[in-house]
Amino acid sequence: MKLTKLLATVAAATGLFAGSASAEDMRIALVVKALGIGFFEAAAKGAEEAADELGGVEIIYTGPTDTTAEGQIEVINSLIAQNVDAIAVSSNDTDALVPTLKKAMQRGITVVSWDSGVAEEGRMAHLNPSSNPLIGNMIIKLAADHLPDGGDVAVLSATTTSTNQNTWIEEMNKVMGDYPGINVVATVYGDDLADKSYREAQGLMQSYPDLDAIIAPTSVGIVAAAQAVADAGKVGEVNVTGLGLPSEMAGAIQSGASKSFAIWNPIDLGYSATMMAYQIAKGAEAAPGAEISIGRMGTITLDDTNSAAMADPFVYDSSNIDEFKSIF
Amino acid sequence: MSALKSRDTLLFGAILLLLALISTRFPGFAAPSNLASVLTDTSPLIVLALGQMVVILTRCIDLSVAANLALTGMVCAMLNVAMPDLPMPVVILVALVCGACLGAVNGLLVWKLDIPPIVVTLGTMTIFRGIIFLLSDGQWINAHEMSPAFTGLPRTVILGLPILGWIALLMVAVMAVVMSRTPLGRAFYAVGGNPRAAVYTGLDVGRTQFLAFVISGTLAGLTGYLWIARYAVAYVDIAGGFELDVVAACVIGGISIAGGVGTVVGTLLGALFLGVVKNALPVVDISPFWQLAISGAAIIIAVTLNARAGRAKGRVILKSAEVTR
Repeated sequence: MKLTKLLATVAAATGLFAGSASAEDMRIALVVKALGIGFFEAAAKGAEEAADELGGVEIIYTGPTDTTAEGQIEVINSLIAQNVDAIAVSSNDTDALVPTLKKAMQRGITVVSWDSGVAEEGRMAHLNPSSNPLIGNMIIKLAADHLPDGGDVAVLSATTTSTNQNTWIEEMNKVMGDYPGINVVATVYGDDLADKSYREAQGLMQSYPDLDAIIAPTSVGIVAAAQAVADAGKVGEVNVTGLGLPSEMAGAIQSGASKSFAIWNPIDLGYSATMMAYQIAKGAEAAPGAEISIGRMGTITLDDTNSAAMADPFVYDSSNIDEFKSIF
Repeated sequence: MSALKSRDTLLFGAILLLLALISTRFPGFAAPSNLASVLTDTSPLIVLALGQMVVILTRCIDLSVAANLALTGMVCAMLNVAMPDLPMPVVILVALVCGACLGAVNGLLVWKLDIPPIVVTLGTMTIFRGIIFLLSDGQWINAHEMSPAFTGLPRTVILGLPILGWIALLMVAVMAVVMSRTPLGRAFYAVGGNPRAAVYTGLDVGRTQFLAFVISGTLAGLTGYLWIARYAVAYVDIAGGFELDVVAACVIGGISIAGGVGTVVGTLLGALFLGVVKNALPVVDISPFWQLAISGAAIIIAVTLNARAGRAKGRVILKSAEVTR
């Protein structure tokens, strides 16, 4: 019921195609965690963009109404029945979807996962939004871009044991040589608590009066640090940057406490996932070391687990924050 | 208010010593402006600790304060998003009422169903967090969605101190009067000191405990608005684990977990002690791995002192008895 209604909507949305749609069209299903989530709506927009660029591709944007694996299995079963050409899924469960996706592959359907992956045996390839080295480089680049003459920066992380943040900071330290004049004076931990992060940011500004930037590769920390900088009246002196969500950081960009920050771009992600699914369905090899072209996003290389990283995190600043803050 | 008891004097001395120690490593810390900001930063802890003090005095414990704070804060934030022009006094009134209702739920369960307070509040703690998730759908409410008046109020500076700090001082004054000058305040001590004796003097133990939870809830509700406005963000996990800081502040301040013993001044000093430690750790350049250990050690030392003091003097119910000791 819901699905047919949705298909009708998609068909209407791609009205241009509807007229010329032929049996030759490649049908790629973009299966998301749940419908109605801004992030995935944006990814669908990217998928449509890829379809327009490729030509002869019809996008079926679908997913369950709530974020359950059962719901996704149902949706995928119906896609198998429709005999689509490819399924690109952001899964709600790493393992639960595997049997269904295996069935799809046995029927000759190309299966890839993106954003949130499924176990190796359940897909041909997986697309990560970014990679640890790219993120590590991006967070220091964000700070360095606004400090042409060099300066002191400090890192405000989550907890001392957060695997993600520690890996990113490690990767950041590896590329410090590329940014001469930028000194990391301290690394502090806000434990992903708003009040502790706020206090740590205050402490940084007191301990290092010449501090030029605070890098917070955590969404709680970056918001708290931006608030602390604004409250201390240091907007313009201390730039807060790192990883955050546009909806959460819109206020900080507005106040000027943060000049820019980064996170994956859902539109690019939907675009690249569609491109990848298309190429593999067209016969591109999905094996370790294989290179797959993903249109305007360049080329990705599959690693040992057949996963690839899309690109650098996307940078958000005052020029595009309004467009994205309502998306995610 | 009576003169400072020796224990309070000791704690006050410890805070001064701590300030002096920190000043040797970071000279700017003891500057008046910085002390004012430390007081402001500690204000939520002070207000919550005052509520917790009342509850602990009656031999109960309220583990749901942080969850109450988060839920009330979320309600205020959503109210502000829906009706940005609502005057601030109304928002604060909503916060107080919402907090009081949540506290009353705890109180009723303890009073009418006779469930141990630690179980009740452990349950409501999770329930409140769950309700926030249902209300907000897991979404954050962010700075740009709140009105400037909403986030600006606690920061407005009057006579060198933000309103947030003034509210904490006001609450200290109010609670000091309530605890020492009203029948209700004395009832809290009586019920916690010796529940059996309290019954013979005509006090309803359950009802008194209920009122203690309502006071704790009201203060948590007030702090909920202040917290959300100060950090300009509301989400499910806000102030996660803060209830433990609140209990710690009470314990350091000399409130006996066994009930019946404790003062407003002690609570204030206990909260300030923790506040100074929390604010100093980021600037004195101590490894984050040690910070937790230091905070924990401070609590253990305080409890040890407390236990020793408790053994020596027993429980004090009446002021006159205390003075003649």
